Amino acid sequence: MTIAVNPTQTGEPVFYLADEHPHPEGYSTSLGFWIYLMSDCLIFAILFATFGVLGGNYAAGPAPKDLFDLNLVAVNTSMLLLSSITYGFAMLTMQQNKIAQTQMWLAITGLFGAAFIGIELTEFAHMIHEGATPQRSAFLSAFFTLVGTHGLHVSCGLIWLVTLMVQVQKFGLIEANRRRLMCLSMFWHFLDVVWIGVFTFVYLLGVLR
Amino acid sequence: MSPELLKLIFGRLGFESLPLHEPIVVGTFVVVALGGAALLGGLTYFRLWGYLWREWFTTVDHKRIGIMYMILGIVMLLRGFADALMMRGQQMLAFGGSEGYLNAHHYDQVFTAHGVIMIFFVAMPLVTGLMNYVVPLQIGARDVSFPFLNNFSFWMTVGGAVLVMASLFIGEFARTGWLAYPPLSNIGYSPDVGVDYYIWALQVAGVGTTLSGINLICTIVKLRCPGMTMMKMPVFTWTSLCTNVLIVASFPVLTVVLALLSLDRYVGTNFFTNDFGGSPMMYVNLIWIWGHPEVYILVLPAFGIFSEVTSTFSGKRLFGYTSMVYATVVITILSYLVWLHHFFTMGSGASVNSFFGITTMIISIPTGAKMFNWLFTMYRGRIRYELPMMWTIAFMLTFVIGGMTGVLLAVPPADFVLHNSLFLIAHFHNVIIGGVVFGAFAGINYWFPKAFGFKLDPFWGKMSFWFWVTGFYLAFMPLYVLGLMGVTRRLRVFDDPSLQIWFVIAAIGAVFVFIGILSMLMQFAVSLLKREQLKDVTGDPWDARTLEWATSSPPPDYNFAFTPVVHDNDAWWDMKKRGYQRPLTGFKPIHMPSSTGTGVILAGLATAMGFGLIWYIWWLAAVSFIAMLAVGIGHTFNYHRDFDIPAEDVIRTEDARTKLLAGAK
Repeated sequence: MTIAVNPTQTGEPVFYLADEHPHPEGYSTSLGFWIYLMSDCLIFAILFATFGVLGGNYAAGPAPKDLFDLNLVAVNTSMLLLSSITYGFAMLTMQQNKIAQTQMWLAITGLFGAAFIGIELTEFAHMIHEGATPQRSAFLSAFFTLVGTHGLHVSCGLIWLVTLMVQVQKFGLIEANRRRLMCLSMFWHFLDVVWIGVFTFVYLLGVLR
Repeated sequence: MSPELLKLIFGRLGFESLPLHEPIVVGTFVVVALGGAALLGGLTYFRLWGYLWREWFTTVDHKRIGIMYMILGIVMLLRGFADALMMRGQQMLAFGGSEGYLNAHHYDQVFTAHGVIMIFFVAMPLVTGLMNYVVPLQIGARDVSFPFLNNFSFWMTVGGAVLVMASLFIGEFARTGWLAYPPLSNIGYSPDVGVDYYIWALQVAGVGTTLSGINLICTIVKLRCPGMTMMKMPVFTWTSLCTNVLIVASFPVLTVVLALLSLDRYVGTNFFTNDFGGSPMMYVNLIWIWGHPEVYILVLPAFGIFSEVTSTFSGKRLFGYTSMVYATVVITILSYLVWLHHFFTMGSGASVNSFFGITTMIISIPTGAKMFNWLFTMYRGRIRYELPMMWTIAFMLTFVIGGMTGVLLAVPPADFVLHNSLFLIAHFHNVIIGGVVFGAFAGINYWFPKAFGFKLDPFWGKMSFWFWVTGFYLAFMPLYVLGLMGVTRRLRVFDDPSLQIWFVIAAIGAVFVFIGILSMLMQFAVSLLKREQLKDVTGDPWDARTLEWATSSPPPDYNFAFTPVVHDNDAWWDMKKRGYQRPLTGFKPIHMPSSTGTGVILAGLATAMGFGLIWYIWWLAAVSFIAMLAVGIGHTFNYHRDFDIPAEDVIRTEDARTKLLAGAK
């Protein structure tokens, strides 16, 4: 739509649009969601900073070397990375309007996500069993909070994913649902990026420390 | 019933939680209960509940939400100011062996509640309310980007306020000061519910604030009318944009730091403890990384209001629009680089302190530039001393004093002497009252006729103005003196009798301010009664310059029958000068968002969850949390969230305005 903001041929300035120009539904959604993601990113930034400050305060308790099983974490990381790839496939099939395939890829994404959460919970249970509880030292407080907050986000993402699968099943790949899938896609990849930070900063550097 | 069962049902809530041993609180409760019962009874008697629910509580109209924010802010101002009067009274009396009339337990809650309420539930709602009301009108939009979210944000803010108010009568509030520094705020030293009230009130309200920040950024970025480029936006819209950027980029920090504090308190982690590697100073750093931007969140919109008012009432284009915008942006950025000046005494060393001292002083440069812009706008203007302009002049004089004492405090060696003294208290009240509160009052007097179609009564407005301004100086100038003499903040009793006179003067000032507040309430009441005399049918009572004055007062639901097209900074001024004719035909249906009760329900559940967490009523917290999830998800199954206002309705509304305008001529 062209909008006449300059004077018309007769020289009269235009001060209003004669035609209604409604913004399409969801016009601001992607910008809004981006800004939300950045505010969420700030939450992680503060948790990373907290870990950076307190991460070496073991209080004579266990240190990363004693606790982290890098093989397990590597498997876990691959779960999350694979889930991002499969979410990408879901978006591709969504573009081609294939509901069944989109649902299948979403389900696979959900399974990878659930596996990630499962492994993380196993790791946590193992650590707590060994006495490395969040209360044991500032390092462990910061560790459990940072990694746990990420896990909580993935869990919310899973609830969201299931909700969207129900909505896609019920209402099809309508415009609103496509937009929602796009938002969840950004959220999911965002969590992937955060996890890469966690993996590097907490686990890899932790073992080196 | 067995104690275990009672504990399961009521957590740590019991009859002993009610402050029946505090006669002042009981008295307050009786008054509030009677007033509340009268209000609720009146609403029921006049059958207003349905109207309120349909037209106000569930509305997604940014104008009504804005007005509700303002009402919340003014109601909470009364509570916050009652605390201020109590403190002034206590400090005036507690000399020569007298304990005053407030015991330490109560006094500590009073000063904490005063700070928390004034910042979070007075200043924030007033500022957010004005932005909500004015920004969409100024940019020629029909509503904000996410109207439902706007309603939800408002009710979350109310939820936080409800929790703070509940703490007055059920249990107690924090006794830690308004930022709740650990280790004092940790479970070992504050085992009772006060700090938990603090945490959950701020968390619930904080969600609302963050979401409203996102909402207004999107609104300003995406919904400007054609022709309004960024550098043609009114200055108030610019300052709102910067403020909301600050909100989104700082409130998550508050969320995290309070979450970490609650983990320390509820789970026993060691973030801010003294042992097991925790670091209390990290809390202080983190909370001020939020806290310093917060003061600019409050004052930037006030700067915007003063810019609009100065240019309107001087009858001139704003001097130095571009420099005004850049100054705002520079302040936005610099506000993140100064947080450490709140605790130079932490012991971070000379180089760190110098860095933060210098950045702090640098902020005064863009602020000073703004001050000169306003002065040059007034220079050779035809200044009309209406109420908004009077508040602006009072601001300019007062804020400069506050700014200068601020630069003084920014010098680290001076700060070592003045840290946590009454000098600091005087300084920040000087800038917050002189800047934010005067700004809010200028804004209220300026935009009230837009919102309601009649001006505010000038006599009671001037009463309010003079009592506020003189009261402010009487109340806070003595505090500068006391601070220089070394009196620290938050003291309850004093030994040195020579100090008393200053506290007496300050208390008299507080009474003046009290009369100012009463006059303002009187101003609202009188204006309502005299609304026919004060009526404005033109929609532009001040001969103003920006787009919100192009539509009727109050504006129709859809704001503008036709989307405006803008050619100039002062869009409405330009339209008036170039012979704009209001369109009388060709109206079309207008697409608008529908009202929904989901925001009220979600915020109510969030408040219930907060209450459950405060009192360890775990079942309540769990049930409300699950209900919140269910309601939230349920809401996403509603795909039909808007409707069309039929063209006939638009025609009827616009014709009514045409008749009014014809009658006015």
